[in-house]
Amino acid sequence: MTDRAAAVERGRQERVAAERLRRATRAVGSFISQSRLNGLAVAIVALVLLVAAFGPLIAPQSPDQPDLSFILQGPSVHHWFGTDNIGRDLFSRVLAGCRISVEVAIIILSLSVALGTILGIVSGLAGGLVDEFIMRITDLFLAFPGFILAAAIAATLGPSLPHTVLALAVVFWPWYTRLTRGQVLSLREREFVLASRLAGGGTLWIATRHLVRNVLPIVTVQVSLDVGYAILSTSSLSFLSLGAQPPSPEWGAIITEGRSYLQTAWWWTTIPGLALALTILGFNLLGDGLRDWIDPRLRGSLGGVQE
Amino acid sequence: MVFVLWGVTLVTFFLSRVVPGDPARLMAGPQASPGAIANLRHIYGLDKPLLVQYGRYLGDLSRLNLGVSFVTRRSVRTDIATYLPATAELAGYALIVGFLLAVVTATVSAYRRGTATDVTGRLTAIGGLSIPAFWLALLLQLLFHVQLGWFPLGGRLSPGVTPPSQITGLLTVDSLLTGRFGDFADAASHLVLPVTTLALGVYGLMVRIIRTSVIDALGEEYVRTAEAKGLSRWRVLRRHVLRNAMLPAVTVLGLEFGLLAAGVFVVESVFQWPGLGNYTFNAIHNSDYSATLGATLVIAAMYVVVNLIVDIAYLYLDPRIRYA
Repeated sequence: MTDRAAAVERGRQERVAAERLRRATRAVGSFISQSRLNGLAVAIVALVLLVAAFGPLIAPQSPDQPDLSFILQGPSVHHWFGTDNIGRDLFSRVLAGCRISVEVAIIILSLSVALGTILGIVSGLAGGLVDEFIMRITDLFLAFPGFILAAAIAATLGPSLPHTVLALAVVFWPWYTRLTRGQVLSLREREFVLASRLAGGGTLWIATRHLVRNVLPIVTVQVSLDVGYAILSTSSLSFLSLGAQPPSPEWGAIITEGRSYLQTAWWWTTIPGLALALTILGFNLLGDGLRDWIDPRLRGSLGGVQE
Repeated sequence: MVFVLWGVTLVTFFLSRVVPGDPARLMAGPQASPGAIANLRHIYGLDKPLLVQYGRYLGDLSRLNLGVSFVTRRSVRTDIATYLPATAELAGYALIVGFLLAVVTATVSAYRRGTATDVTGRLTAIGGLSIPAFWLALLLQLLFHVQLGWFPLGGRLSPGVTPPSQITGLLTVDSLLTGRFGDFADAASHLVLPVTTLALGVYGLMVRIIRTSVIDALGEEYVRTAEAKGLSRWRVLRRHVLRNAMLPAVTVLGLEFGLLAAGVFVVESVFQWPGLGNYTFNAIHNSDYSATLGATLVIAAMYVVVNLIVDIAYLYLDPRIRYA
């Protein structure tokens, strides 16, 4: 009897999972078919994620392996992206840099989303002095142009990639607090939240069970819009020697190294920069497309629909 | 606003006093005796508790005294006043060029909505926001200086050219005012590559905003009325569509300022442009904390003021806000 119950339950779970997968596939399909640019975005982002995950497996060499018999070679069959001044293979370095950029973006946004949404929910639910206090703190951080504040923090902590990540998380979190708080202020008056409260739901239950779930879509869109900016800021700081330091294969750091060889080795700065620009473009297109897709008010302005 | 400005001083002050390098040691040089370092520390009040240092700093600020740069050995206020016009000239031209190009692209995109032209327009806008400024700057140097030799590598004037007497601090304006047309051409050719780099970001942001607002305006009844009256397409565009569509462009000026501040930082560093971004960059790398503090403070203060002006301008431009 219990075996049968378990089998029924397993079957139900499988059906639910299959249904979820079907819905997700359909959602991706409808997203791609909505605009030509969405398809491009999905293609670029998929490529970037694949390279970040499996890049080191297809890299012909270690990114740090010097080979003094092949210094400053232009792109060729052996070295697709050329080599640098100590003969490191730039193709391998660009692949390694991809993983760094994706990891950095994930860490920056996880930190700021975690802190930002928690404080936003607390602020929106608590109201009063707590709300006032948290909002004034966000004001302090939002009073600076983001990049300038990040540069100042990174410089203060001492230039290194982890410090850059921390600096950018400090810059990003207040935006998530503001966003979440605004959502919570309207959600907390909605019937389903009031009903849950009447049914005896505690504050923690309401926050985790109802608010987090409903805030998630809009936060996801904001994250997708911010990924490109996080990657761009990280590489810009590295380029200014305030982030990742050579010999790290972070893209901004590679370009800084190559800058001294601009006249003799064009590929050294050009190709890693192209990879960087393409990655940022992919995420920006994805974020833009997702925002328009989720916000029906903007749907008409996508290009797919004519008046 | 006063609260925000005070918060800014608090953040910058505590940030820069945690700088790992010891400012007194840096200032005294590597051969200085411990006594000399202690002496300097005493002169600049670096041996006092942080709270006392901060109190002193606020007192100085109220007299518009930003302290002395350890590197240039001049007052930070003088330094900023020296470097600000170069940045203003660079950012000003970038704003104008980016904005004008954006209006054209956005209008064409909005009128041809959904066509391949529109998609291309939007792609150039997102591209403008996606291309890293430091990389584009290097590419432009590679192509237009190294390969073609059309434009100089960096700086504001060619070596040997004496700058025109300072009237506004903007070299292109001053050279024209004093009638030195050769110098004008020289200053202008130095501006082309950095302005192009900066303008691309401005363009990207503005196209997105203006395109959406032109589309909104085209759907409004006053546009239909104007068309029904038999006004020419151009007149409808100029008098009714663009005038209303410019409103959202004003609201993002704050965002624009933040974008330009980041761009200036990077672009001035690549083009060796003697502006505020380059000054701040050098200050950070030399642990010159008075200068870092002063420059960051001035940039943040300008940012706060720009945002305030945007709020006020919006109130003035859109009377509906008052009743909302």
